[in-house]
Amino acid sequence: MADEVILLDYWPSMFGMRTRVALEEKNIKFDYREQDLFNKSPILLEMNPVHKKIPVLIHNGKPVCESLIQVEYIDETWPGGNPFLPSDPYQRAQAKFWGDFIDKKVYGPTRLIWGAKGEEQEAGTKEFIEMLKMLESELGDKTYFGGETFGYVDIAMIGFYCWFDVLEKCGNFSIEAECPKLIAWAKRCMKRESVAKSLPDSNKITKFVPELKKKIGIE
Amino acid sequence: MVTGDVKLIGSWASVFVMRARIALNLKSISYEFLQETYGTKSELLLKSNPVHKKMPVLIHADKPVCESNIIVQYIDEAWSSYGPSILPSQPYDNAIARFWAAYVDDKWFIALRSILTARGEEEKKAAIAEVEERTDHLEKAFMECSNGKPFFNGDHIGYLDIALGSFLGWWKVVELDANHILLDETKTPSLFQWAERFCNDPDVKPLMPETTKLAEFARKLFPKPQA
Repeated sequence: MADEVILLDYWPSMFGMRTRVALEEKNIKFDYREQDLFNKSPILLEMNPVHKKIPVLIHNGKPVCESLIQVEYIDETWPGGNPFLPSDPYQRAQAKFWGDFIDKKVYGPTRLIWGAKGEEQEAGTKEFIEMLKMLESELGDKTYFGGETFGYVDIAMIGFYCWFDVLEKCGNFSIEAECPKLIAWAKRCMKRESVAKSLPDSNKITKFVPELKKKIGIE
Repeated sequence: MVTGDVKLIGSWASVFVMRARIALNLKSISYEFLQETYGTKSELLLKSNPVHKKMPVLIHADKPVCESNIIVQYIDEAWSSYGPSILPSQPYDNAIARFWAAYVDDKWFIALRSILTARGEEEKKAAIAEVEERTDHLEKAFMECSNGKPFFNGDHIGYLDIALGSFLGWWKVVELDANHILLDETKTPSLFQWAERFCNDPDVKPLMPETTKLAEFARKLFPKPQA
């Protein structure tokens, strides 16, 4: 029986990008359905009634919500190819720790950088750089976060890369100057077909952010 | 299978620490409990969790694992042949358990805590309403996950039982503080009964803090503003 895989998503979402990358890595055919977050569709509300957010992965009619949970689900459901998570329990715990870190510590400051002004924006920028440096320290000289193979933490982080351009412009700083190894890592990831297919162009995001601000009522 | 020595940095009052302890009990793993002193952070804690500087930290054969839910998953995997499985085996059930555990931390607990930090009656009422709404979601989650069995995980305590059940001590303390029932036998009957079963489980019972002691600690942690 062929699998039916649907992804409810929103093109600029760095969370949606995680799931797109994961599905592409496993060569899973899926039906990508763009959502209007300002006018939520019945299917979105039905499949994620608790949070009403994207991405939502619908596998044979059953919804899986939350991007990192989706990435793990995809890895377990379609075990062929390179696993996203290592088999060793300690290495797995480390990978999950850093995925959780990205969610808890990296995302928040980005909203302040593009969405706030003055002191708030500066604080966001400072915090963001600090968090990126922690990630860069964890990466070290490895090819990917997990070592030689592209995996969970890379998938968790790479979607932020297409936002770097607009964040740098808004926050008036250079990520490459602060974290050159992280930029080198991102460029390596971008060479992967799964990533190149799943991330929008940086300048699309940069053009989009002022429109987004208008839509949500920030000047 | 090398067991290695096991240490856990934590505190008797912490919900998150309790999660790790329940999981270790389920697997019958003996460990050294390193109780942190309230108001200070030990050198070992700061060294083992330099990123968040928080407990619990599980140290297994000198390697630290941080974040309570990640620790529980680690315990399940590192000692997979000991005792019952903590995470469901099917990927979909696993995803659902992890979804609701994240909901407990990100949405439900935040609401519960805001009752303790509420300033004035209006804020308190709003916080209580939010907790009730979110507890209602958890009642539905219980029906979805348990499939008629006694626990979220089925016949035995599992990941989601631990994630939510560890809050039961504090749940009671917040009820007393708010002077309002927050786990209602008539509104959320399945959860109510599950809570009793969970607290009476032999791997949980010795760890659940005594309500008076916890309430006293809560007053220290969440002092009431001067009138």
